[in-house]
Amino acid sequence: MLRQLRSSLQAVIVLTLLLGLAYPLVITGLAQVLWPHQANGSRVEQDGRLVGSLLIGQDFRDQERYFQSRPSASVYDAVATAASNLGPNSRRLSLEIRQRLGAFLRREGPYNPGLTDAAVPADAVTASGSGVDPDISMANAAIQAHRVAAVRGLPLAAVMRLVAEHTDRLAGGLFGPGSVNVLALNLALDAARAP
Amino acid sequence: MTASGWLQIGLLLVLLTGITPLLGGYIHRVFGGERVLLTHALGPAERRLSALLAGREPAGQDWKGYAGSVLMFSAVCWLALFLILRTQSIQPFNPQGFRSGPWDLSFNTASSLVSNTGWQFYAGDTTLSNFAQMAGIAVNGFLSAAVGVATGIAVARGFANRSGKELGNFWVDLTRALLYVLLPLAIVGSVFLVSEGAIQTLAGNVHLSTLAGGSQTLALGPVASQKAIMLLGSAGAGFYAVNSTIPFEDPSGVANFVQVLMILAIPAALTATYGRMVGNRRQGWALYAVMLAMFLGAAAVAYPAESRPSPAMRAAGAHGLNMEGKEQRLQASDSTLMAVAATAVGNGSTNAALDSFTGLGGSIPMANMMTGEVIFGSVGSGLFGMLLMVLLAVFVAGLMVGRTPEYLGKRIEAREIKLVTIGAIAVPLIVLFMTAWAISTRYGMRSIFNAGPQGFSETLYTYTSQANNNGSAFAGYVGFSQPHAPGNVGAAGVTFADLAGGAAMLVGRFLPMLAALAVAGSLSGKRTIAAGEGTMRTDTAVFAVLLLATISIVALLTFVPALMLGPLVQALTPRLF
Repeated sequence: MLRQLRSSLQAVIVLTLLLGLAYPLVITGLAQVLWPHQANGSRVEQDGRLVGSLLIGQDFRDQERYFQSRPSASVYDAVATAASNLGPNSRRLSLEIRQRLGAFLRREGPYNPGLTDAAVPADAVTASGSGVDPDISMANAAIQAHRVAAVRGLPLAAVMRLVAEHTDRLAGGLFGPGSVNVLALNLALDAARAP
Repeated sequence: MTASGWLQIGLLLVLLTGITPLLGGYIHRVFGGERVLLTHALGPAERRLSALLAGREPAGQDWKGYAGSVLMFSAVCWLALFLILRTQSIQPFNPQGFRSGPWDLSFNTASSLVSNTGWQFYAGDTTLSNFAQMAGIAVNGFLSAAVGVATGIAVARGFANRSGKELGNFWVDLTRALLYVLLPLAIVGSVFLVSEGAIQTLAGNVHLSTLAGGSQTLALGPVASQKAIMLLGSAGAGFYAVNSTIPFEDPSGVANFVQVLMILAIPAALTATYGRMVGNRRQGWALYAVMLAMFLGAAAVAYPAESRPSPAMRAAGAHGLNMEGKEQRLQASDSTLMAVAATAVGNGSTNAALDSFTGLGGSIPMANMMTGEVIFGSVGSGLFGMLLMVLLAVFVAGLMVGRTPEYLGKRIEAREIKLVTIGAIAVPLIVLFMTAWAISTRYGMRSIFNAGPQGFSETLYTYTSQANNNGSAFAGYVGFSQPHAPGNVGAAGVTFADLAGGAAMLVGRFLPMLAALAVAGSLSGKRTIAAGEGTMRTDTAVFAVLLLATISIVALLTFVPALMLGPLVQALTPRLF
């Protein structure tokens, strides 16, 4: 009994030092040397100023010049991350989706004549799991491209080319249907205007 | 549903089936004390640690001695973690200046990690310092997994032993599980995750001004090193409250695929280890086949269910996949695949909000757990859980043909069956009792978030997940809510859920474990009878079907009424609540 207690105490102390300090510190060192960009949060800058992380979605609501992120249950808070957790048969969820659908049609409809409920992609009207989903679907981006092109006075083809450049299609679509990184795309749009 | 989604599931199964004998054979050699690739590098460290904990000449332990070591070690782990959580404010690596945790929440968190559950009433990113995450949470991801692996191996030894009552030495097994299996895989896994975009830093939060001019804070920390062991070791606790949904933990489709493989790898491999230990690899493959069949069945129901709009979406006029609570890069395919894998294995890592899954889609993770976590199951405990079900199946078959049941040539007698029954019935009893208690008292009702049947589903899911040591959640269910301001003061909590859940996790972990060790002790060294004409073989497809039927029937009889009240009723109606 006493012998087991002593072994247990020794084990917890030694293993906490090994697995709780040495291991994460070694991994941190390796990560900072091998992949510092990823290890520090895939940060991006604009004109030398830190503007965000490519992996964390941002709030672009009321910014007609930009592609919009997916709806967020945590108001794009990257610290208190959260999903809505509303159930599949939730009346409250249904009302929220109805509102998002209406807002999407009001915002994109004028630039996409004939846009109907059925054509609005699911990702545009549902809140993401993390609240900070950095991506939108290609279909969502294709609809928004009309507005962005019109507001910025750019040719639609130029905007669509940027969308294609910022679409991630890994392994020919095996690991997902392809997603558009909103922050990267919006940064590219700002850069396209500058020169 | 897409062809690529199914292709991904197919690729996963091919890879898993390929890895199983390789990793399983490696684990077999490690625990047999044979030389392996890493012996040269790790041998000295292993000998020193072993000598420190078990003495220079480690003595074999019978089941009682082994169980005593397991319990003592786990108790000390629990106490250490509880103290770390309660004294966070005086520890280093606390760039946000988080306060120490309250007693009821800390009770739940310590029980969660030591029982290899990974249940998160706590929100790691907003309440835990980097020190508490590394030296508290992540360490117990390693230690509880190693306890699981060691116990699984010890139980297998009991089944295999032709003579003697010794199941091995716990301290030797613990050392080997950590140094040769968990640590090397975690190092490789965490470095890979970083390369894909998972973060790994000791820096504090970064405040910035966004492109559109708003303000944003990035919560950073040593994520990848913790994520890797949480995936491999079945604990499944996330660095963040939302676990793998946030790209800092699960950055891409490729990373997600590898994460699912990491979840399944060791639990699957242990079937091959078992086959080698009992000297008949087909015995291991039979278990693997049953697990794989149930896994496939679960995926085949959940994936189509999530590829349709939910009733809430339909009523609102929305179309497409049920994307509420899912991430765009992961879609329905990757989200359901991880949900199925992480509930088949007692892992509980999730990359989507399961609370928002459709009625049918959400019933699958529950059903997976309700089998008693034997579809691969947690590392080690999945193996011994399955072995208890094997004995039950053998017993049922024996009753049907009127012969004394036997397994691996050993007679299964009253003592073993009594213990098997305790091991198999304890957890379902806890689940149903706790759910009923929580749902019938105002203390329990305070935790519920959703209205209607979903509120019941949340309660059922919570106690199913905790008692089975899974850790995934219908996360609307609240145990302890904390404000988002720095320092977690003024928290308003639900003490009932914290304490009931913590107790469920501890009993759900150690009672079946003791039963399995006792069965192993009873079978160890039992006289074997040569197989004859009337012996039922247990390495055939017929037996695999019988085993599958036994598991399904036990789980269905116990839980279908409860499932009907919650998720299934929502699967059957377009009504909103």
